[in-house]
Amino acid sequence: MELVVNQKHYRLEVHPDRMLLWVLRDDLELTGSKYGCGEGQCGACTVLIDGAPTRSCITPAAKVAGKQITTIEGIAQGGKLSPLQEAFIQADAMQCGYCTPGMIMSGTGLLRKTPHPAEPEIRRAMEGNVCRCGTYPRIVAAVQLAERLMSGGHHA
Amino acid sequence: MLELERYELFEGPAYKFELERRDFLKVLGGGMVLFVLLHDPAEAQESGRARGGGAMPQNIGAWIHIAEDGNVTVYTGKVEVGQNARTSLTQVVAEELRAPVSSIKLVMGDTDLTPFDRGTFGSLTTPTMVPQLRKAGAAAREALIDLAVEKWKTDRASITVADGKVKNSTNGEAIGFGELTRGQQLVKTIDGAALTPATKWTVEGTSVTKTTARDMVTGGHKFASDIARPGMLVGRVLRPTAFNSKLSSVDMSKVSAVPGATALHDGEFVGVAAPDEVALEKAIGAIKAEWKADAQISNKDLFAFLKNHPAQREGGGGGRSSPEHGSVEQGLQASEHKLDATYTIAYIAHTPMEPRAAVAEWKDGKLTVWTGTQRPFGVKSELAEAFGIPENKVRVLMPDTGAGYGGKHTGECAIEAARLAKAAGKPVKVIWTREEEFTWAYFRPSGVIEIRSGVAKDGAIAAWEFHNYNSGPSGIETPYDIPNKKIEFHPTQYPLRQGSYRGLAATANHFARESHMDDLAAAAGMDPLEFRLKNLKDARLRAVLQAAAEKFGWGKTKSSPTRGFGLACGFEKGGYIASCAEISIAPPGGKVKIERVVNAFECGAIVNPEHLKNQVEGAVVMGIGGALFEAIEFDNGRILNPHLAKYRVPRFSDTPALETILLDRKDLPSAGAGETPIVALAPAVGNAIFHATGTRIRALPMAPNGLSGKTETQPTA
Repeated sequence: MELVVNQKHYRLEVHPDRMLLWVLRDDLELTGSKYGCGEGQCGACTVLIDGAPTRSCITPAAKVAGKQITTIEGIAQGGKLSPLQEAFIQADAMQCGYCTPGMIMSGTGLLRKTPHPAEPEIRRAMEGNVCRCGTYPRIVAAVQLAERLMSGGHHA
Repeated sequence: MLELERYELFEGPAYKFELERRDFLKVLGGGMVLFVLLHDPAEAQESGRARGGGAMPQNIGAWIHIAEDGNVTVYTGKVEVGQNARTSLTQVVAEELRAPVSSIKLVMGDTDLTPFDRGTFGSLTTPTMVPQLRKAGAAAREALIDLAVEKWKTDRASITVADGKVKNSTNGEAIGFGELTRGQQLVKTIDGAALTPATKWTVEGTSVTKTTARDMVTGGHKFASDIARPGMLVGRVLRPTAFNSKLSSVDMSKVSAVPGATALHDGEFVGVAAPDEVALEKAIGAIKAEWKADAQISNKDLFAFLKNHPAQREGGGGGRSSPEHGSVEQGLQASEHKLDATYTIAYIAHTPMEPRAAVAEWKDGKLTVWTGTQRPFGVKSELAEAFGIPENKVRVLMPDTGAGYGGKHTGECAIEAARLAKAAGKPVKVIWTREEEFTWAYFRPSGVIEIRSGVAKDGAIAAWEFHNYNSGPSGIETPYDIPNKKIEFHPTQYPLRQGSYRGLAATANHFARESHMDDLAAAAGMDPLEFRLKNLKDARLRAVLQAAAEKFGWGKTKSSPTRGFGLACGFEKGGYIASCAEISIAPPGGKVKIERVVNAFECGAIVNPEHLKNQVEGAVVMGIGGALFEAIEFDNGRILNPHLAKYRVPRFSDTPALETILLDRKDLPSAGAGETPIVALAPAVGNAIFHATGTRIRALPMAPNGLSGKTETQPTA
């Protein structure tokens, strides 16, 4: 089986029942994607599959062979943070940081599909991601800030 | 001295074995080491170092090492669980040492390298560790000046320390900390140097960015669950089918069919280690076990159970009651209006996003465990005891962890990983499943609270009798001026494992008290704000209450059946909070949505305004769950809703517009802020529901299924 993760190609032997989350974490040592619930309810394991936010804890690795998989480790380019990563820091949109990779991946997927989301769209798109520390308003602000950074600092 | 909450009183280990002084210095290398001596007995007790003695590091609260390369490393037993202590403590040292934040590294919660610490709880890091590190930073600065005076043969007045450099004003030379200490191995113990007053702060008091923020947004930070060791297996424990079960039979013969799996049965412990989680599931599934347990109660019988089962023996801190002031009976007789009401508080779960996790490795007779815990030294003792080995053969490392909220005081996961690693002869990682976290961790205590009260014609509270059963004594004292009062905490037996939680009983006690205050205001025909201010002398509490009310526009809009306004206030652990809430109630079913919350918070001199604001906001958002919909359901020794699909936690759609006012009191010592901002939200929301609908809800959570079926109105007179 071949997995394409962050534009790198990996040849792996993977049991057909193994979920992508554990292959990423344990076989590829990409531990940025987190286990939070194992049932797709918290979003801590979110990665992009062909650009779409996907819960890797309930996605068998075999099902996404050959597709473009992007994890939190793959969105900074050459050491330069993505606008949303930068915005999370500026907005102090985290406390413990455990949900942060999943939040950033959900937000990245949203901004790819909808470059100028209104606030209710942000909340709707992120509803499946839990931040138990309660930084939701800051995460919304971070997505809005990233939207501004990506459109050259101007409002759409 | 802040009192510890009943459920946070853990006994320290009976014995402690420390690194010898020379071993310790070998670890650090050259440069300068400063030890902060604890002379305040309260601090010494807090850090578990009441015993004196010559051997280092007794009575040490923290230490700072300035290496020959100029890097500053601060060692503290406190840990980081999202409250941003790593950043605030870095700021404190940077301030006093006059060094850039980026030059300072903190080693936290590593039992081989950091001083003993009882744990990170009770909002104690700011009031206890911050002053210690201030002293350490200031003393390090003074010691550097001493070295400079010697080097340049000049007087202290011509030496300044700024931007990580020591400067000589007589010849214009400047030298880095490392160069100054090079070639020396200096050990200084200090207990006081001139501290920078809050009005002169340049680093403290500013919104320094979270020091680990970049690692968090890139996925680079290694949480305990991310640690990997060579040859490591993954492990899991076979859980009983109900609490308080006894294993009656176990057959593990089929496990050997799973390649690479190791099964272990040791007393009541049954567990498996395997190469990956698919094999782990198979191996666990291959075990046949039977458990026996007696019948156990359901959450439907919980509150009657608590009332009818007083604790048989008061242990560890026990109950607490203040003597009766005046005479409640006489106060009631003199009252124009009398109220009598009962409040209930459900069990709730911490639900940290990172479940309990531990990686254990045995090597050359020494056990090393990486785990997410608020008590690394407590877990070290638990491990030493569980395996019958000396404490100096155990090292616990606490990577910055995916939250705790008071829920990670215990070391069960570390013990499980260590037991399986011992059996497998390889390192083992155990990450609890979400279902395990919901079932086998511990809960915020449930409780029953009864209040009898009376108010005079003029709105002065004349009598106050308050009884809390089981949920705990923190925040139980009323801040209002009442001549006749009796306040008691009653420990009881309880059906579920329970322990600390953010704010702990202060949330329950504030919910009951502040709900009751609005009922008294209504009985006296007074506005809730006016009524509180009439009965409140505490200037700090008045200040936050008035600040929140003004910003909120209290009294400008009247509540209607679909929109309500409520307020509440309180103080706890050195912090003062007032919350004003606006809610909407939507038919059908009366779904309650919190639309807007204004908070005013004051905790002395503010160390990091943005992080403080973040904590206040986060506490309020977390508080929404316990206020409106979170409750653990259980029956016959089982948790009935151990999944996020069944146990609802606040999400984006539950979050109101939040406005936070921070009152900065530079004239007062800094207090912690991780807990207290949670306590006023539930009563503010309950009061808003009351003012909108006339329905008083006296149970937390208040509206798990909306307001339909809620018919309680006025308390009985």
